[in-house]
Amino acid sequence: MSEKSWLTDFPQMARSDLLAIRKTLDGAYREFSRSYGDAIESFFDPLLQLLIGFEKLLLSAPWWLVILVMAGLAWATSRSWKLVAGVVISLLLIGYFGMWQDTMRTLSIITVCTLLSIGIGIPIGILMARSDRMQALVTPMLDVMQTMPAFVYLIPVVMLLGIGKVPGVIAVVIYAIPPVIRLTNLGIRLVDREVLEAATAYGANAWQRLVGVQLPLAMPNIMAGINQTIMMALAMVVIASMIGVKGLGQPVLKSITNQYFTLGLFNGLAIVALAIIFDRISQAYARRSQKHLSRSHGE
Amino acid sequence: MANKDQAFIRVEALYKVFGPDPRKVMPQVHQGMDKDRLLRETGHALGLKDINLSIDQGRIFVIMGLSGSGKSTLIRHFNRLIEPTEGRILIDGIDVRSLNEKQLLAFRRQRIAMVFQRFGLMPHRTVIENVAYGLQVQGMPRAQRLQKAREWIDTVGLSGYEQQYPSQLSGGQQQRVGLARALCTDADILLMDEAFSALDPLIRSEMQDQLIELQERLHKTIIFITHDLDEALRLGDRIAILRDGELVQEGAPEEILLHPADDYVEAFVKDVNRARALTVETVMKPPACRITADTVEGALRQMHDSTGRYGYYITEQGYQGMIDRSALEQAASQDASRSANEVVEEIPGVRPDALIEEVLPDTLDAHHPLPVVDASGQLQGELSRASLAEALVTGGDEPDSEPTRH
Repeated sequence: MSEKSWLTDFPQMARSDLLAIRKTLDGAYREFSRSYGDAIESFFDPLLQLLIGFEKLLLSAPWWLVILVMAGLAWATSRSWKLVAGVVISLLLIGYFGMWQDTMRTLSIITVCTLLSIGIGIPIGILMARSDRMQALVTPMLDVMQTMPAFVYLIPVVMLLGIGKVPGVIAVVIYAIPPVIRLTNLGIRLVDREVLEAATAYGANAWQRLVGVQLPLAMPNIMAGINQTIMMALAMVVIASMIGVKGLGQPVLKSITNQYFTLGLFNGLAIVALAIIFDRISQAYARRSQKHLSRSHGE
Repeated sequence: MANKDQAFIRVEALYKVFGPDPRKVMPQVHQGMDKDRLLRETGHALGLKDINLSIDQGRIFVIMGLSGSGKSTLIRHFNRLIEPTEGRILIDGIDVRSLNEKQLLAFRRQRIAMVFQRFGLMPHRTVIENVAYGLQVQGMPRAQRLQKAREWIDTVGLSGYEQQYPSQLSGGQQQRVGLARALCTDADILLMDEAFSALDPLIRSEMQDQLIELQERLHKTIIFITHDLDEALRLGDRIAILRDGELVQEGAPEEILLHPADDYVEAFVKDVNRARALTVETVMKPPACRITADTVEGALRQMHDSTGRYGYYITEQGYQGMIDRSALEQAASQDASRSANEVVEEIPGVRPDALIEEVLPDTLDAHHPLPVVDASGQLQGELSRASLAEALVTGGDEPDSEPTRH
């Protein structure tokens, strides 16, 4: 009888044991968040201040000034009137359809998330490129970060920090940081061995090699990683709105629960517009900073 | 240390083993386990085996071998881009292996520069920034280092290209940038790792000329790696030949050419254009007959001692010309007391340091051996068609082709 049962049913652990495991883990984590939650929250306080400050800046700045700055940025990086016109028109449309404030909030959180991802991701990528052991350690973590459903790691973050901007930013960064880490690592590992050897032969120390050779030569890959990171951060905005991040994600969430198709579509399109603007500007910047690669002999 | 006349660079019993734990397999290496067996049984590759070299200051020392012979591994030991497993490298009295991290950086910055096979230029820097790289690493102020870089760019003939990127230059131009970069630090030792191998033949020989010309002025100690014997013979003051990580032969170019140490070197040497590699000095014979007498009679007596049909007439001022036996006999039959001077034919001599290629037509045209006369006018030897043919065809003392005849 018992023989038969493990052949037909999976021999799973007793329900009570499973419950015990869950209870212990949940309890331990709750305990942890109770005793350290405040400390961790105060640790993230500067980040919160930065977020609030940046959002205030964007919201209080006159709309035409924001558009002017964005247009200027587009021109400075691309020297293309087409891109500038695209930026101005899409921002005007966003404002005209009443999404200006939400867009500014999203813009602010995306900017902060991107800067954070770059600031954390590039050093990690450099460490990975320098040591195979580090790479073996970090790669599976990145795999988990990219495949684990975002909702799952929202849970502990919310348990620890509650609902609000900071947990939102943490969730977005966790989701968006892998590409910049991966491509920094890859880019540095792909740097021509002989060029690096030349730097070494002329007595460059590790820092001079990194700053003078490895990072500049890895830049096309790093820029591709940053670009991907921005795109993923924008995609995450809607999910982050579930834990109280204000911005374009919240109207989308509202549209889902209330079946407002048009509202959802408008806000969705605004996210797309932001994504395209970010993408084109960052790519144009990458191209211009890599001028020497496109030129060739005999030109 | 002071027992021997110190060479500028000394390599002593250098071993390099690649693998997870090289030190562990060294006993087997010393017992003479061969390369293949070492790899099969221990998973370690023997890169260099018991290399001993002395390199003089201010000379071009060529290390030659086919790919896989360990020559690129060897050259990277001089500036410790590769750490030796065992052995010593002394450069100007400094044991390179004993340098700590900081001393090593300083040593690389000031004493030793390197030129690479695929140039190793930084694609994101302009020509002038590339040339100034070594100085930048040293921390020299920008204006000063660019000034110096400009001078070297001018020296290698690339003026006007300062602001170009390497990708805009041809291969030869790129290697000139590599050379200028190496010279710009004023290091007295130059490592050149197959520096001209990636260039097409015409550009390559142009670069060789430029290197020789620069070397005449700069007197650097140059260690030059190549797989091309013609290049080795052309540039090298000394040549070392590596095979499978072992030193097969080391010597002056004509030694290698005329007395190859084994079949491996002989196979190398076979394809060489000897006429372009050997100088007259190396193949000439001592003059058969010197005539120093003032009169025809005396000259005739001196000539009777030898069997040749010609004699070289020499006075205190050195070589004067040649005397033909029949002309001498004829003169003697008329008036034996005449001055020997009158029967001398003025045949210009060839220089001992001339390449055989240059004197080949004259030697073949002449009916007699050509006199070899040095810069001060002294007769050094004679160059006959026979000795020329011997040097060009047989490679010295034994025939080298047709192994069946051995």
